[in-house]
Amino acid sequence: MDTNPKNPPIDRIDGRQKVTGAAKYFAEFDLPNMAYCVIVGSEIARGTMARIDTKKAAGAPGVLGVFTHENMPPIPGWDAPVGGQADGPPPKPKTEETYRILSSPKILFDGQPIAMVVADTFERATYAASLIKAIYTRQPSKTDLRKYLANGVMPGGAQGADYSRGKPDAYQSAPVQLEANYTIPIEVHNPMELHGILAHWTGEKQLMIYAKTQGVNATQQAMAQAFKIDPKNIQVHTEFMGGGFGMGLRTWPQETAVVAIARKIGRPVKLMVHRSQMFTLVGHRPYTVQTIQMGADTNGKLVGLAHAATAETASYEDFTEATVNMTKFMYACPNVSTRYRIVRLDRGVPIWMRGPGEATGAFALESAMDEMAHKLGLDPIEFRLRNYTETDPEHNRPYSSKHLKEAYQKGAEAIGWSNRKSQPGSSREGDWLIGYGMSTGTFNAFRWQANARALLKADGSLTVQSAVTDIGPGTGTALTMIAHNVLGVPIDRIKVEYGDTSLPNAPTQGGSAIVSAVGSAVFDVCTAIKKELIELAVQSAGPLAGQKPEALTLADGLLSVETDPSKKVAVAELMRSHNRMVIDKSGESKGGPNLQNYSMYSFSVHFVQVRVNPLTGVVRVSKAVSVADSGRIVSPKTAASQMIGGVTGGIGMALTEEAVIDHRFGRFVNNNLADYHVAVHADVPAIETIFIDKPDPYINPMGAKGMGEIALIGFAGAVANAVFNATGQRVRDLPITPDKLLRTA
Amino acid sequence: MADEETSGGEIENPGSSRRTFLKQSTALAALAVTPPAGITALGNGFPEKAAAYELLPLQVEINGTVQKLSIEPRVTLLDLLREQLGLTGTKKGCDHGQCGACTVHLDGQRINACLTLALTTEGSQVTTIEGLTKGDTLHPMQEAFIKHDGLQCGYCTPGQIMSAVACIREGHADSPDEVREYMSGNICRCGAYANIVNAIMDVKQGGAKV
Repeated sequence: MDTNPKNPPIDRIDGRQKVTGAAKYFAEFDLPNMAYCVIVGSEIARGTMARIDTKKAAGAPGVLGVFTHENMPPIPGWDAPVGGQADGPPPKPKTEETYRILSSPKILFDGQPIAMVVADTFERATYAASLIKAIYTRQPSKTDLRKYLANGVMPGGAQGADYSRGKPDAYQSAPVQLEANYTIPIEVHNPMELHGILAHWTGEKQLMIYAKTQGVNATQQAMAQAFKIDPKNIQVHTEFMGGGFGMGLRTWPQETAVVAIARKIGRPVKLMVHRSQMFTLVGHRPYTVQTIQMGADTNGKLVGLAHAATAETASYEDFTEATVNMTKFMYACPNVSTRYRIVRLDRGVPIWMRGPGEATGAFALESAMDEMAHKLGLDPIEFRLRNYTETDPEHNRPYSSKHLKEAYQKGAEAIGWSNRKSQPGSSREGDWLIGYGMSTGTFNAFRWQANARALLKADGSLTVQSAVTDIGPGTGTALTMIAHNVLGVPIDRIKVEYGDTSLPNAPTQGGSAIVSAVGSAVFDVCTAIKKELIELAVQSAGPLAGQKPEALTLADGLLSVETDPSKKVAVAELMRSHNRMVIDKSGESKGGPNLQNYSMYSFSVHFVQVRVNPLTGVVRVSKAVSVADSGRIVSPKTAASQMIGGVTGGIGMALTEEAVIDHRFGRFVNNNLADYHVAVHADVPAIETIFIDKPDPYINPMGAKGMGEIALIGFAGAVANAVFNATGQRVRDLPITPDKLLRTA
Repeated sequence: MADEETSGGEIENPGSSRRTFLKQSTALAALAVTPPAGITALGNGFPEKAAAYELLPLQVEINGTVQKLSIEPRVTLLDLLREQLGLTGTKKGCDHGQCGACTVHLDGQRINACLTLALTTEGSQVTTIEGLTKGDTLHPMQEAFIKHDGLQCGYCTPGQIMSAVACIREGHADSPDEVREYMSGNICRCGAYANIVNAIMDVKQGGAKV
């Protein structure tokens, strides 16, 4: 871990609560008279329920209600936006089908809720749910994207339009050409905490919600619109969230249903879904098939590049992501085209999963770059450097900051790139083939609007507030560092309050944007406090009277003249002498015109060493080095953790993660954590993280760009490239499981 | 079938016959057991709610306190801890013994609380994450997790820590690779593994009593 002396690594502020079990997640609030809800999912992927028998369940001990499409309480605003990113709700579905939970006997995907059972204990609700019996009229279901690629439609919205610059199909005129298909399977977020909600109507039009959401304000808005009540009367609390990775970026229909049911039965209702329902009810990374067409001249300059992607979505809602975007701006190539299509299948709707579409796209593009480098006989880094661009070729404007060359160099040194043999399959240690691979990752660096409040008290303590949820990256810790750096208040005198709608509005935790957005708001309100302190000091009698404000510095609770530290006043004394017990500043913060004048991206470079057993096909990641060019690092310790977390997710994506559907029935066959393989301890080596740690001069006052996505984006490509270097075998369909290596051996 | 993957037709839900059997078995079991008298009320309404059903007594020491309880036999140790005793530090991640988030110590051994029917702990000692802390003093493993940042969202953390303590006690922490092997039953989706291994090795090498 690199460290900057200005930003020493500090412990996670909520570490103690988390290691003692004191941190309370949504399902852990105990409300009087609380009831438990269990969802019964459909057993077919397409058709209608001819009949549903709930009588036995309704009569089972402890049951308070059984809700189906026949008796679901009405929800006045079913078509309310589902929440989501700060740049607005997703577009309204243009699809023929409509999915409203428990509103019709029609089945649109496997696992679709057909009943919700509420009882006084979890065991009783679970038992009663097992008594529900449904008779279906099954229709043929379409769930296999590979069969329906021809049904792709151009989606609306920002991701929908085809892109082209220069000459189309220019790659075909290049002396060296490559055309290859790459496939990403369905991957499932599978945070360790199960999805759910705890809903408590505290008045006729007053609602308290304990949610598993990445955005308490988004959930508040969604519920306000669904139930036509004033958002001010809805409090949403998510101080701790047991991981999200994107599945909490929207309000899911079953959450709204639980709120409706809680009102109907007049008791607080808690839903915590089953692990198998994490595969069907809360989104996934969509199965995506991509084609890269690439042409280069013999000097290793790209001549033409085309990237097409087709991804699955639901029959009832169009989901899109930025799968092909990286291809538009990553390399200096005069002729580029991209195309993105979606196919509506009988599946639950996807949702952004860490790195989202960019991770899918980077796997294809960065695999192809490696393949082309090999064809050209060039080192993969050298090939990338020959096509390096200092300006964004998509928007013809400068990058706000880009230190990717330095990242390539530092990463190569750390992994020992000079040990890589350019001839694949030529490095062996005992029974194992050794290979090295690398890949680039990139993701937009955003600056969304956010609010914050800070209160400096005369006792020297500081409280910082924002509604933002910390899903694990260490948001609270980063906000503490930002406040500390502005006001010089010692770390242990700063308290950050977050994760509740009673606090100043904040965007949804996502898009690697929170340090930039909420951090800027905290920076601004702390700066306003500092300004007021300085004004008090220079405008009144005392040691700093008449000093120029810009000559003063603030550290460790002391305001002093930078060039003459003997002239000083303690902040506490200053406040007391002006009868100020508290200085309280609130405000909204947003970016200026620079957001349009510059292209803002974070970049990462991933290097891996793999060991491949040629007899068994087993691939082990034996070394990993990830370098982030994400501007100034605000909290180095938690940032390093976020990087190794992305790498760990990347190992799973590369080698093991695949949700498999039995297409005869449209149902998952591995919808549990024993059969859906996320990386475990034994899969993950020590990981080295390197930060370029140079501030971005334009994005925000801290100079910090995002990090959560780039930690994962590109990693799977680096592994695939290393496997090729080790074996000479190119696997273009993730995950790289042993059978694929043995099949082509 | 040309383009269609599944056939149509009316189907019944496939689990029904098994469920009918299970239901009958449960009813028979209920007849065979008469709830004993004199069991301690929990004060949270559970015994009253359960009155129409079967309740069995359970005496178990949890974090040093002897609990005299009456519970339904199908209640897992995990749900007993979380839903009835307010010990929510033990987490539910899969309810199938596949993730390790519910790891607790039963008579000194690490177990998955979700795979343990609470009644089977009769007469045993259970330690949860809440019992690892002595007053305000953190256990060395808790300290090490903070120091090495062996956590992110924190949801798997109590299970990781309980498992890590047992891993050292079992003598399975002699090298980072051995730790990785013996900790692989505890999944961390945020990906804090590398730091968790460092934390465990630090405690092991520090020689503190765990």
